[in-house]
Amino acid sequence: MSILHVYAYLVAGWLLLGGAFGIARSRNLIHAVVCLSIAQSGTYVLLIAIGYQSGASPPVFGGSTPPDVAAHSAVVDPVVQAMTLTDVVVAATVTALLLALAVQVAKRHGTLDPDELTSLRG
Amino acid sequence: MTRRVRLIVFAAAAAAVGVLLVVTVVGMPPFGNAFHPYRDVAVAAAIAHQTANVVSGVNYDLRAFDTLGEETILLGSVVGAAVLLRPGREERERTEVPEDEPPLQAVRLVGYLLLPVTLVLGLDVVAHGHLTPGGGFQGGVVLGTGLHLLYLAGGFRALERLRAVPPFEVGEAVGTAAFVAVGIAGLAVTGSFLANVLPLGTFGSMPSSGIVPLLNVAVGMEVASGVILLLAHFLDQALRVERR
Amino acid sequence: MSGVALATMLVALTLVAVLGTAVVLTADPARQAVTLSVFGLALTVLFFSFQAPDVALAQLAIGAAVVPLMVMLALRRVRRQR
Repeated sequence: MSILHVYAYLVAGWLLLGGAFGIARSRNLIHAVVCLSIAQSGTYVLLIAIGYQSGASPPVFGGSTPPDVAAHSAVVDPVVQAMTLTDVVVAATVTALLLALAVQVAKRHGTLDPDELTSLRG
Repeated sequence: MTRRVRLIVFAAAAAAVGVLLVVTVVGMPPFGNAFHPYRDVAVAAAIAHQTANVVSGVNYDLRAFDTLGEETILLGSVVGAAVLLRPGREERERTEVPEDEPPLQAVRLVGYLLLPVTLVLGLDVVAHGHLTPGGGFQGGVVLGTGLHLLYLAGGFRALERLRAVPPFEVGEAVGTAAFVAVGIAGLAVTGSFLANVLPLGTFGSMPSSGIVPLLNVAVGMEVASGVILLLAHFLDQALRVERR
Repeated sequence: MSGVALATMLVALTLVAVLGTAVVLTADPARQAVTLSVFGLALTVLFFSFQAPDVALAQLAIGAAVVPLMVMLALRRVRRQR
């Protein structure tokens, strides 16, 4: 197996761990929210890479006649694309919710540094 | 936990996850291979329902119930963010918003020119979601973002004059309700929630793929309203709300 | 698969990995909003090269515009608080 065959999956894992690393060392909650969205991008890359097939076309058929059965297997996997696409949009609104939380924390505690938020410590 | 301890714990956990990821990746079917059983089933099912864009077929027909769940997360996040960003008791909203420096004439011109183009593009992406790449999610985001070219071109006041918040709160609710209504229609007619109740039409033509275009419009409405509401609340907080 | 298509995919993957790392390592959130937007564009190119135009369209509007804009607005509010 060449490195090429695992490269996309490794990039996905890299984004996941890189984003998590950013959250762990973050000194600012807004910075942490952005790092979370990077970690999440890793899942998109993984899903899209799993559905990929060498030389295949997008799962959108042009023309006015349904494609024949042979053409069915000449497209990449639409199921993972559908899941990724809804997640991209929904994740943006969840990011908005987290940013709104960070704004509230800044208002109440006057800081965004997680280490200074002593009253939130468990 | 001190910062140092936290980073050590992270390093240990990340190393473990990293090893597991590499082991998994090595055991996975090779990248780009032709074995995609879900693809085979989904493509056949979408074509049976005369849907040219199989991704839309999956989202708004085959897995429409899942999309309703995603929509609910979206609605919950928008409502939650709106509640969190309301001006608190110790804050007040300025009626007069200090304008930033007026944008360059060239920026204003480009903004005003692009605004109608972007809105038409957004509507087109929603309307043809079952035929070409696009659909309610993408078109909704284009519409919701495109409207804010007005802010770029005319500043906050121009945006406020043309973008009142209440209609989009209604749009958000109506979009979600419309999705559920289509689902209930399926339940009433065929006995299954979100089952297709419309004629399937001819492949590749504008009226085709049954309920898919209808759900595209419902989702487009909800997503566009959601994006506009979120940006409206963030803009208010950034420009208007201040401490009493 | 043509050599050009393969090269585009490899370049896009590398760009995404490098830019993602850059976003994480940017300590100042205001500058992060800019790098995040560029990362969003790279991810869009990646999705296009992986034959996923539907996802690329969503990522273009969300990743390059909406999320960086919200980050900037949230920062502006927080700055005024201090």
